[in-house]
Amino acid sequence: MMMRTELTGLAGVVERNVYLVKRYAWWEVAFFVYTVASSYTIVLIAKGIQTTGGRLDVNRVTTILLIGAVVWAYLSSIFEVLTDTVAWERWEGTIEYTFMAPLARSVHLLGMGVFAIAYGLLRAALLFAVMAFSFRLAMPNANFLGAFAVVAIASVSFIGIGMMTAVLPLISPEKGTQLGFMAQGLLLAVSGVYYDVAVLPAPLRAVARFSPATYTLDGIRSSIIGGTGVGGLWHDLWPLVVIGAVSIPLGLWVFHQGEVHAKRHGKLKRSG
Amino acid sequence: MSPLPVAAPMTVPVQDRAMPAIQAIDLRKEFRRRERVGRRFETTRSVALAPTTFRVERGECVAILGQNGSGKSTLVRLLSTLLLPDGGTARVFGHDIRTDARAVRRLVNRVSVEASFFKKLSAFENLSYAARFYGIRPADSRVRIPEIVERLSFPADRLREPMEHLSRGMQQKIALARALLTAPVVLLLDEPTTGLDPRSKLEVQALVTDMQEQHDATVLLCTHDLAEAEELARRVGILHRGELIALEAAAGLKLRYGAATLEEAFFAATGGRLEDEADREADEGGESP
Repeated sequence: MMMRTELTGLAGVVERNVYLVKRYAWWEVAFFVYTVASSYTIVLIAKGIQTTGGRLDVNRVTTILLIGAVVWAYLSSIFEVLTDTVAWERWEGTIEYTFMAPLARSVHLLGMGVFAIAYGLLRAALLFAVMAFSFRLAMPNANFLGAFAVVAIASVSFIGIGMMTAVLPLISPEKGTQLGFMAQGLLLAVSGVYYDVAVLPAPLRAVARFSPATYTLDGIRSSIIGGTGVGGLWHDLWPLVVIGAVSIPLGLWVFHQGEVHAKRHGKLKRSG
Repeated sequence: MSPLPVAAPMTVPVQDRAMPAIQAIDLRKEFRRRERVGRRFETTRSVALAPTTFRVERGECVAILGQNGSGKSTLVRLLSTLLLPDGGTARVFGHDIRTDARAVRRLVNRVSVEASFFKKLSAFENLSYAARFYGIRPADSRVRIPEIVERLSFPADRLREPMEHLSRGMQQKIALARALLTAPVVLLLDEPTTGLDPRSKLEVQALVTDMQEQHDATVLLCTHDLAEAEELARRVGILHRGELIALEAAAGLKLRYGAATLEEAFFAATGGRLEDEADREADEGGESP
């Protein structure tokens, strides 16, 4: 009975977000076009270098950049949805009603996470298809099952980190969302989204070890470019499993601390 | 008048049905602000709710009167578990608002002066997902939502329209429907009829009475509207600058302050007029959190 109530609540969170996507459908199209445009500028870099006289395997480098752009878009979608847990609700004024509902916070955040994964995967798959088609990329060895396994396991870690950034607008209604972008930027810098982490300075390489995006990108590139199957991806998968196992409880704890802070200081309300 | 088709109450962890619906003992809340004074930061404290003790019996309607910034909303938000108290305790049917917040949330719902919704979503969509947060399955809410809104005289053909297309009064009816849908045992109403036209106001007031009489709901009504308080509440409290200075039947209040009307009693108790308080708040830069 209790479990059914919790699942009903979780489905309510997903239901609400589906409604919002439907109601803002044209905005979704506009943002997708923006994502395609920004990914395009990055993926074109390989061809650009070739035209200036550089010698490189254009197909391979383009694929490396494309994977970086798509994973980055996926990560951004997850962070964006989870940050909306607080930011959008505060703007609409519904935050008080959501936070006074008898919905376990873990279930609430998990519901946001489930939706974020579904939404992010759909968007990332579309982006990958559009870009791969535009550049006529050849991926003769691609092992999509391996890539999917990496994304599936990495998503747990991304949600855990997303929970930590989701609480920022609760602590600072004015600047919290921007702080979330800062955390995203840090991941972008250290995780080898558009380059190998080997080129990073030693201190950043050390930080890269703790970023789930590092292993995600490495695993997906191995699968898509090298054709590595799930069995050969263990060196990327086990760190993702460990980071995921730590980041979810840590994310819930951080969010709880932020919620307590907001309730103590009267910040859990519509106007901040 | 047909009975209100609200949901059957959830399996409510009411510990003892004879215990008070709400019991607050020395409940207090203050807000701290850090302000720059010269080169230093100083913390200033403002008391939103001074130590407050009161109880509300099961099925009772208690009105709390007070000007803006008097602490009414702070009290409601404390009981809604949206604020943590700085001292004292409050219990809802025996469940502590601090240590047993989830149980409290199952028992309580709230309608505030702002009908807050996702404005692009329709009334139905807003109600449907909100019901799920209280464990109500879609199959049930699909039946109950049209019944409740009909009882609220809300036109069923507008249920699928975005909230932003609805008038303030209609939005407030949906806010009330959201609360009724979850069959709250304790209903916290924070100026629920402010800004409504006279007809809508009467309809909302009739519903509050229905909730009490037919569903044994306990109502804490915070309002500026003295006539509404006198009409609906068995007892009336006066909250003034964070202090609960009186809580008794309207007749008793009038007697105590030697007043012919509740309005006169209120002014005698608070030593001022509503307009004076509005001016004071404007000078202080608005309402406290």
